[in-house]
Amino acid sequence: MKKTKLLWGMPITVEIVDEDVSKKDVDSVYEYFHYIDKVFSPYKKESEVTKINLHLISEKDYSDDIKTVLALCEDTKQKTNGHFDVYRYGKLDPSGFVKGWAINEAYKMLKKRGFKNFYIDAGGDIQVSGKNKEGHNWIIGIRNPFNRYENVKILKINEEGVATSGTYIRGQHIYNPFLPSQKLTDVVSFTVIGPNIYEADRFATAAFVMQEKGIYFIEKLKGFEGYMIDKFGISTSTSGFDKYVYDKKN
Amino acid sequence: MKKVLLSLFIIVSFLIYALRQKGGNSSVSNNQTGSLNNGIPSTVLGNSTSANMNYKEGTYTGSTVDAFYGNVQVQIVIKSGRIADVQFLQYPNDRSRSIEISNAVMSMLRKEAIQAQSAQVDIVSGASDTSQAFIQSLDSALIKANSN
Repeated sequence: MKKTKLLWGMPITVEIVDEDVSKKDVDSVYEYFHYIDKVFSPYKKESEVTKINLHLISEKDYSDDIKTVLALCEDTKQKTNGHFDVYRYGKLDPSGFVKGWAINEAYKMLKKRGFKNFYIDAGGDIQVSGKNKEGHNWIIGIRNPFNRYENVKILKINEEGVATSGTYIRGQHIYNPFLPSQKLTDVVSFTVIGPNIYEADRFATAAFVMQEKGIYFIEKLKGFEGYMIDKFGISTSTSGFDKYVYDKKN
Repeated sequence: MKKVLLSLFIIVSFLIYALRQKGGNSSVSNNQTGSLNNGIPSTVLGNSTSANMNYKEGTYTGSTVDAFYGNVQVQIVIKSGRIADVQFLQYPNDRSRSIEISNAVMSMLRKEAIQAQSAQVDIVSGASDTSQAFIQSLDSALIKANSN
């Protein structure tokens, strides 16, 4: 069963291949994402994040999910030497972080429901599980940042998360915490494959902020591979990236 | 030996790339103007959107649609009942388009010019996009092309 809905301002697709799937199972993912939006969106007047920014809630009254996310954000900030920061000009905006985290939580939910073969794709950030309809590993294209109708790499993924960060399509929604007004333009697309989408997404965002140095950062991270494309259309990949590249022979 | 081969590979790919840039017919730079300045290749739209439809000749502007990080608005040109061109009037993009060769940092990491791949895929990974907003704006332009 496959469904796509527009949520968080982007298309979100859930496909569950397992036979015993019901509409309720797929919908549970969207219900969870709706809830996440209500709590974390800085664009919604009634969200907890908005209330925190307006100082309407004190820290001791934060919900458990907010506390969890803030702790994880702090952890990410340290692991990326400050290149990941959810406070922009003093305002809390975890929307870039929450997406990967929430996809991973939904992935765990589906696993708990007993599903083995599925994927969740929120605006190009992907968590896969098991096999596709044909019984093969999931085949994922990395989109050409210069032409949305083309893929420039094809990956074969089994249980990992794949996230791509870029400013190309949406303009500048990612910024450098050290220089918030500086435009990030040398690297236009940064893809990270990691053990899950939460890990892949947070490090893809940080690596993108680091621009050309980001690929060295990913190279040093154990269990992660990266693929970046610069503004001239030159790609750079980490040394172990090729093991994920799809080869028709296997 | 491996290092020598790798550096050779890097140098050769750079030379090829530099030559293509100079010649001005690099597939990469063509794609860049093709996808951003001219919108969507008309062949793609001609096949998918205008099948079995006869739109009236003219230029139509779609509504402005909020795409979360900016607005999307398209303008279409109808010729002989088909979409001949799509232009973006508004697009949330401020990427610098200036092309200049920077001082490339050589590294042990694999560098290559990107190339289109044709294999069928299950899912696509890319920066979150504005396709939904694009479709909405395009739809509203097509409605105008039908009723005028």
